[in-house]
Amino acid sequence: MYGMVSGMSADTLIIEQVNKIFQAPTGNVMALKGIDLRVRKGEFITLIGPSGCGKSTLLKIVAGLDTSYEGNVLLNDKPVSGPSIEKGFIFQEPRLFPWLTVEKNIAGNLSLKQAAVRKKVDEFIELVRLQGFEKAYPRELSGGMAQRVAIARALLRNPDVLLLDEPFGALDAFTRSHMQEVLLDIWQNNRTTMLFVTHDLDEAVFLGERVVIMNPRPGHIRSILPIDLPFPRKRTGSSFQELRTKVLREFEKVEEPEFDTGAGI
Amino acid sequence: MKSEIAARKAAGQDWLRAVPGPLHAWLVPIAIVALWQIAGGLGWISATLLPTPLTIAKQFVSLGLSGELWEHFQISILRALSGFVLGGLTGLALGLSTGLGKMAERTLDPSLQMLRTVPLLSLIPLFILWFGIGEFSKILMISLGAFFPMYVNTFLGIRSVDVKLYDVSRIFQYSKLQLVIRLIIPAALPNILLGIRLSLGVSWLVLVVAEMMGTSAGIGYMIQDARAYSQTDIVFVGIIIFAIVGKLSDSVVRLLESKLLRWRETYKG
Ligand SMILES: Nc1ncnc2c1ncn2[C@@H]1O[C@H](COP(=O)(O)OP(=O)(O)OP(=O)(O)O)[C@@H](O)[C@H]1O
Ligand SMILES: [Mg+2]
Repeated sequence: MYGMVSGMSADTLIIEQVNKIFQAPTGNVMALKGIDLRVRKGEFITLIGPSGCGKSTLLKIVAGLDTSYEGNVLLNDKPVSGPSIEKGFIFQEPRLFPWLTVEKNIAGNLSLKQAAVRKKVDEFIELVRLQGFEKAYPRELSGGMAQRVAIARALLRNPDVLLLDEPFGALDAFTRSHMQEVLLDIWQNNRTTMLFVTHDLDEAVFLGERVVIMNPRPGHIRSILPIDLPFPRKRTGSSFQELRTKVLREFEKVEEPEFDTGAGI
Repeated sequence: MKSEIAARKAAGQDWLRAVPGPLHAWLVPIAIVALWQIAGGLGWISATLLPTPLTIAKQFVSLGLSGELWEHFQISILRALSGFVLGGLTGLALGLSTGLGKMAERTLDPSLQMLRTVPLLSLIPLFILWFGIGEFSKILMISLGAFFPMYVNTFLGIRSVDVKLYDVSRIFQYSKLQLVIRLIIPAALPNILLGIRLSLGVSWLVLVVAEMMGTSAGIGYMIQDARAYSQTDIVFVGIIIFAIVGKLSDSVVRLLESKLLRWRETYKG
């Protein structure tokens, strides 16, 4: 059905029949089963699903951080063989280098002595509203501030595909909505392909062109809902609320098999 | 009720408040030295067994003025430092290679772990047989002592690097060199510094043993020589020198730690 929207050649990211099994001493866990997803270049996909349904696992596979899985993952027609800067990743936790200051964390292996780098780093520090904390160490930051540093660090590298694992989970409502605007700006200016995992229904509908709803045990895609609303979106609009309800209804269907004790944990 | 307890507590600590904070740690040693001096001065303890602090201090000054102390001191420091540098660098290098490389770990680490369990001092007779009692033998023994703490802690530090940060550096496509410089060394630094501290301590310890086993110069020799002539005050001077230098070297590394590990957030008691 979505093949209409995404013609074969326009798909930048193709996930085909991906299965993932974790081998643990307590037994094997099937984390992903038969995942199929095609993402157009520049498309904004939001992924939503209950905890433990394999969202992070899927993102890590797409990033090339995890290469032990069945199936195919193609990025621009080439199989993903490992991590790279073109596939930006914002982790569920900030993962800052504790011995580097905020600005050096953002710069990473780029030298702040170069004027262009300096300018860009300052620009992104301002974007995530951390002016004044350039020289602070991660231990001096709150959880939300640290996460914003991680966001700036990923955005600065201007990746083709940005994989975001609940990036705004630790932010307060104000900062969160600001960061959503920032992300949408960057998306529209740079045509970055976005794969955005969230727990927040509003966020999924506000950001995504399509919302992918996942089911746990084993993790699989339950349904994919297109959100045909123009940007910028208004959360208070009636069509937004309608779509939100639609996703919620799908989501509630997902929650049902929670009681079944399959191959969990 | 509460204020009463607080008041009593305050009264209990009143005398302590009169003493400036930095001196608190010195109260007990000063009291002991004072008692010791009084007891010695009254002739309660034998001067050959336990000379008074004042005699020791006088001896310290006269040895210092004659230049004898400085001569022994220089030689000892040179020995300890060369042994420490030699052993420490080897430990660091081997720790890095077994820490970074699976091959090196599999081939080298088991043997080193086995050697590590051999008590160092039991090897002294062997060292004397093989290398005599010359400088070479001494420095080799010190470096062997300095090697293991450095090796073990470097290896441990590298293996405790957070995989989550490793993933970040993979996404940034760090080269092998960048990975080592930007992730592994900084992450292993707390352990490496601990290794340095322990290595220094061991170097110092082995130095004393090495200098007592036969030599013609060094603080250890000075002590040994003074013992033969029952010059207990000189023995004390030697011990005090060892204590001061040991403490100083430890403080230098601690200072280094507080500078280099400023980023760390740790429990400070
Ligand atoms: N390293 C691992 N070893 C074994 N099992 C794992 C591992 N990582 C994840 N799993 C299992 O895989 C399943 C999916 O985990 P994943 O982290 O992808 O969930 P998630 O959807 O991201 O959850 P959350 O929303 O809580 O972050 C879980 O059942 C988890 O127990
Ligand atoms: Mg997750």
